Amino acid sequence: MSFVLGLQCRECGQEYPKQALHVCENCFGPLEIVYDYEGIKRAISREKIAAREKNLWRYRELLPIDGEPTVGLYSGFTPLVRAHRLGALLGVKELYIKDDSVNHPTFSYKDRVVSVAISKAIEFGFDTVSCASTGNLANSVAAHAAKAGLNCYVFIPDGLEQGKIIGSAIYGPKTVAIKGNYDDVNRLCSEIGDKYGWAFVNVNLRPYYAEGAKTHGFEVAEQLGWKLPKHIVVASAGGTILPKLAKGFKELVKVGLVEDTGCKIYSAQASGCAPIINALKKGTDLISPVKPNTIASSIAIGNPADGYYVIEAVRESGGWGESVTDDEIIEGIKLLARTEGIFTEPAGGTEVAVARKLIESGRIPRNESIVISITGNGYKTLETVAHSVEQPYTINATLENFDELYHQLDHPARARAVGI
Amino acid sequence: MAVKVRIPTPLRKFTQGADEVSAQGNNVKAIVEDLEKHFPGIKERICDETGKVRRFVNVYVNGDDIRFQQNLETSLKEGDSISIVPAIAGGY
Repeated sequence: MSFVLGLQCRECGQEYPKQALHVCENCFGPLEIVYDYEGIKRAISREKIAAREKNLWRYRELLPIDGEPTVGLYSGFTPLVRAHRLGALLGVKELYIKDDSVNHPTFSYKDRVVSVAISKAIEFGFDTVSCASTGNLANSVAAHAAKAGLNCYVFIPDGLEQGKIIGSAIYGPKTVAIKGNYDDVNRLCSEIGDKYGWAFVNVNLRPYYAEGAKTHGFEVAEQLGWKLPKHIVVASAGGTILPKLAKGFKELVKVGLVEDTGCKIYSAQASGCAPIINALKKGTDLISPVKPNTIASSIAIGNPADGYYVIEAVRESGGWGESVTDDEIIEGIKLLARTEGIFTEPAGGTEVAVARKLIESGRIPRNESIVISITGNGYKTLETVAHSVEQPYTINATLENFDELYHQLDHPARARAVGI
Repeated sequence: MAVKVRIPTPLRKFTQGADEVSAQGNNVKAIVEDLEKHFPGIKERICDETGKVRRFVNVYVNGDDIRFQQNLETSLKEGDSISIVPAIAGGY
């Protein structure tokens, strides 16, 4: 049972039937899925959702597939971690980490969007899936394609971290590294998609793909006991997830699953690639593309296609945004690891560091609920922090050797987490 | 002078299905005008009513975004290749 009525252009309102189409033929605006919310409201309930498997398809009425899901049956429903130690350090009362660094099967928020996109690709009858990616998306497309038995080509910029490259190659796709940055890859892929007729999850299937990002927000609300957080901080690259969080929260209100208590949404970018934050701070909605220069390669997108919608969603929610330097990003990664035991990649370090900056500057109040979205995993980007951590002490296997070492070390005592 | 212009799928109904056409002009603006002369209606899809390139359209000369150059005033030389590409998101 599907509640999808069709596709509609966000810019000029032109309507289209369901198909693998991503831009409006009139004005090139992006297409959005249109749902029958009245029908969904009648069909969905908290109890019905609670009785389902703990994966992202528990919200299937609000996702754009027609039949039963075929891909991503173990993806989503990642932990919402109550962050007592990080909260204490930042001086805030109620802090949570939405931890997509442990998403199944490839450890990033991308397993959500890919589950929806490939389920839809199978419904459309494609036999080959592909993507333009800074790494995480390629990992996810390659893994899901392997499990579904689809042919797979992934396109990445050259010079990515080893973890991201091998993390795709192991699943057996054809991996093509393009000499250039992500924006070059993206441009080429839209031309390849046109010519070869493949399902590019983030090109011709983008309207379906992007809907998967809503499930990150649905889960946050459900895990808070069907309440919206007051504040949520998330990184922006191409600009998919943030507007979809906003859309998802509105949908939950519309279909009667949560009360409309308002949630301010904050965008996080690296200073070395902050076209959205630059525009937000200038008070314009015109985004000037930049050439990325940051260690946060997964969010190094200088020409964000959905940047305009990020700014619109941030402003409408009453939120804000901030950018942080590479040094602050590494500090953010270490801070999260050392207070909450969660190892994230530089995109997550950006989210933590931006949250810290917004709290310290008073933009985010200290006495209201705050969620930091962690979108990727640090074990894929070891190079970025390899020189920022202590190296192991190598000794002989004798007690004397250890005694000697022990006396040389400092022994800082940690503050216990609340309730332990 | 003549340059090659790559036409994306949504605009091919103007070019009788051709994915690449040849056009004449010294800069990108002149090329858009020349395309309009041969394929009436195409300019309105590329540019908004103020004449600027639409927000969701990216134009590249030899692979470089014209917003890093002189936008529609970006000058061209014989044999250059122009791509008109719908903006797309994704990444990570």
